[in-house]
Amino acid sequence: MKQFMVFVRKEFYHVFRDRRTLLILFGLPVMQILLFGYALTTEIKNAKIIVIDNAKDVNSEQLIAKIRASTYFSIVEGDDMGAAFRKGEIRCAVVFPPGFGNDLLHGNTAQIQIVADASDPNTAKTLTNYLTAIINDYQQSIQPMVTIPYQIQPVLRMLYNPALNGSMNFVPGVIALVLMIICTTLTSVSIVREKENGTMEILLVSPFNPTYVVLAKAVPYLVLSLLDFIIILLLSVFLLDMPVRGSLVLLFMESTLFIISCLSLGLLISSVARSQQIAMLMSMMGMMLPTILFTGFIFPLENMPLPLQLISNLIPSRWFYFIVKAVMLKGLGFGAVWKQTLILAGMTIVLLTISIKTFKTRLS
Amino acid sequence: MNEKAIICKDLTKRFGDFVAVDNISFDVSSGEIFGFLGANGAGKTTAMRMLCGLSYPTSGEAAVAGFNVFTQQESIKKNIGYMSQKFSLYESLTVRENIRFYGGIYGLTNQELKEKGDELIAKLNMGNESKKMVGDLPLGWKQKLAFSVAIIHQPKIVFLDEPTGGVDPVTRRQFWDLIYDAADSGITIFVTTHYMDEAEYCNRISIMVDGRIDALDTPANLKKKYSAETMDEVFYALARGAKRTAD
Amino acid sequence: MPQQNSDAVILNNITKTYNKLPAVTEISLSVKKGELFGLIGPDGAGKSTLFRILTTLLLADSGTATVNGLDVVKDYKEIRRCVGYMPGKFSLYQDLTIEENLNFFATLFGTTVSANYGLIKDIYEQIAPFKTRRAGKLSGGMKQKLALCCALIHRPEVLFLDEPTTGVDAVSRKEFWNMLQRLKEQGITIVVSTPYMDEADLCERIALIQSGSILSIDTPAAIKAAYPDKLYAIKSAKMHQLLKDLRAYGSCYAFGEYLHISGVSGETELLAYVKEKGYTDVVLKEITPGIEDCFIRLLQTGGAS
Repeated sequence: MKQFMVFVRKEFYHVFRDRRTLLILFGLPVMQILLFGYALTTEIKNAKIIVIDNAKDVNSEQLIAKIRASTYFSIVEGDDMGAAFRKGEIRCAVVFPPGFGNDLLHGNTAQIQIVADASDPNTAKTLTNYLTAIINDYQQSIQPMVTIPYQIQPVLRMLYNPALNGSMNFVPGVIALVLMIICTTLTSVSIVREKENGTMEILLVSPFNPTYVVLAKAVPYLVLSLLDFIIILLLSVFLLDMPVRGSLVLLFMESTLFIISCLSLGLLISSVARSQQIAMLMSMMGMMLPTILFTGFIFPLENMPLPLQLISNLIPSRWFYFIVKAVMLKGLGFGAVWKQTLILAGMTIVLLTISIKTFKTRLS
Repeated sequence: MNEKAIICKDLTKRFGDFVAVDNISFDVSSGEIFGFLGANGAGKTTAMRMLCGLSYPTSGEAAVAGFNVFTQQESIKKNIGYMSQKFSLYESLTVRENIRFYGGIYGLTNQELKEKGDELIAKLNMGNESKKMVGDLPLGWKQKLAFSVAIIHQPKIVFLDEPTGGVDPVTRRQFWDLIYDAADSGITIFVTTHYMDEAEYCNRISIMVDGRIDALDTPANLKKKYSAETMDEVFYALARGAKRTAD
Repeated sequence: MPQQNSDAVILNNITKTYNKLPAVTEISLSVKKGELFGLIGPDGAGKSTLFRILTTLLLADSGTATVNGLDVVKDYKEIRRCVGYMPGKFSLYQDLTIEENLNFFATLFGTTVSANYGLIKDIYEQIAPFKTRRAGKLSGGMKQKLALCCALIHRPEVLFLDEPTTGVDAVSRKEFWNMLQRLKEQGITIVVSTPYMDEADLCERIALIQSGSILSIDTPAAIKAAYPDKLYAIKSAKMHQLLKDLRAYGSCYAFGEYLHISGVSGETELLAYVKEKGYTDVVLKEITPGIEDCFIRLLQTGGAS
């Protein structure tokens, strides 16, 4: 046991004496949170738009004022819509036909043309939706008295995230991503480094049980990852106003489970990789990309073709993401996530067994 | 005509408070085989880097192949060759490809590359190996090939940093045959080694201790001066007094 | 059970191949308890492979080996308890200090620095003034001493040192061999490899090894005595020319300030030959061969390609 503790202490020395490791360990989560929280958001703000007003009456001007007031759009001056689209200066254009106000008040069949740059279909769809909403809103405000019989007025209520705050969705994703990177990359690199430096030869020749070598390598990173988890949690609660609705203890337990599964993956990579670069590449390319693609926090899994959806089932972070969302945002208890927990636990056991089995007690 | 290949006067290199190379002065004549000895950490590598135009001296003067180490580093690089135990050839390229690559770096034409390559391969007796990966060759062959490639552009001076470490006794001597041939063709040889018998093969040797050159003469004169039987004893007598412990 | 045998290390027809390239071929040798045994050969001769097989890090393709009577395959756990190993490359933690490295390895082997301090005292005292310095910042000679301390800290019965003096200057090499002599007096069996032929004389028995095969195993004195020929040292002012001329006459190699030549019929004939070639200043004497002479001779007469 004393040997084990000395080994763990040595690992901490390595971590705290290496600036690059420290940077990955503590710089990465902070950077990711800030990046996703402030820079990379899927909401659209200040989309450039041209308004061509051929009507120039009270109604068109009121409507333009409404569009101008919205934070979604910023109106660009100009009248050559085609050129502006080609140059990519605008995302969207609104055209009022002559006699718009007259039609609206008397004919009841007023038309507005909305043109959007659909080379980015998602944005185009979102923008036209925003515009339609503004127009409907305006229509109701000028005709409050007109009651249309049988008109269905849907009332929307956004659950869990009423403000449609985009960071809600990705914070659990970032937690999964950061833990994945730190556990997998750092453990695999730290073991491969011992191989490269030749210290692994001495460790193997010592009577210290090779399984303990693996475990002693994993313990410091488990501790550090939990620390990272706390940092991310604090940042998201205090900086991004994220709620933690469910049980913190449950969240912690689930995270520990996920961390162990990532650590096992790291160990597995380390027994295959020959150099630190390869280990780094394998954990970055092999782990980070699938995590980003198949976890669901950037690309909705429901929209993927079936084979990819099946593949996503093999990615531990997918299940962890689900659990974090359920516990953190929906405030659900273990009863709601036991199935996912079980899957994650199964994966962890399999990975850990394989990685300990493949750890070589001799040089290959 | 005794032209100087290297002229070095009060050359000094400081890293902060640490004087890695301390006021060294020496000349190397054209066509000479000059042995540059010293214990680990004595400052050999630092001195050699300055002479190769890889780092600026803190003070002093030096000219290599007639070019100033402060102002004409690029010209120096064109006129020297360099080979070390660590820096060798690309293991995943064949013998031919390595020759083409290094020759190409020094601006040899395709015609020259072909001729020099054939000549080199014939000289090293590597006809059967020319299409083999360098990584598959025995160490001794690699070192001989690396040396031949380092002088493929007929430099005025070639710097050899422990070229024979770990090589078997017979190959080591074959390596020195190559060095002698190069020297006969007019190339000045500047070589470091840990093998004291190899020090004897040099025309003159210098021994560095703690950044200074403590001895510089022909092997015979040095042995006489220190009343020693072998160069080993000369070296031991000088280096034993070294104060420095770190590299 | 360890068998009652006076041999600390036994290799029996050991062969190991990497990717079809043979590293060592049918090597057999034994090292007595308490012996200082040298494996002498150039890089790539197979020395490190033998060490790795003996320290249970590699499995041989065929053949058997024992250390302290323990089988390297079956009893590898017991072997790992009783051997010390210093790999060819400096293999300590560069970012830990001297003290931290030593404490770490002591604990790893289930002991403490103080328990076996007597064994390493002589060596450790030389580096103790720098004990808070990180290992990566030490000179070659000091790294070597620290690595030796770490390999000795659990008082091993057999010590394997793979090229401990490679890349180390002549002064540190001498010191290192003096340390080995003192360790031998403590009863530790030492197997050491080196590419420096001049270090062979410092071992009790040596194996000359090249291209994965053993050229000869014996005491240095016996190997030198077995040199089949008379050997002469010769020098003149024009050494390189003399070397070229003599190669046509016998087996001639440069050895420091002299050339060594063998395979000639006698001193007078040799003198006559160089006179005829126009040398007037030659110094010629008969000498006893060194290990390097023997190695070169063995390389020529076969044993290895």
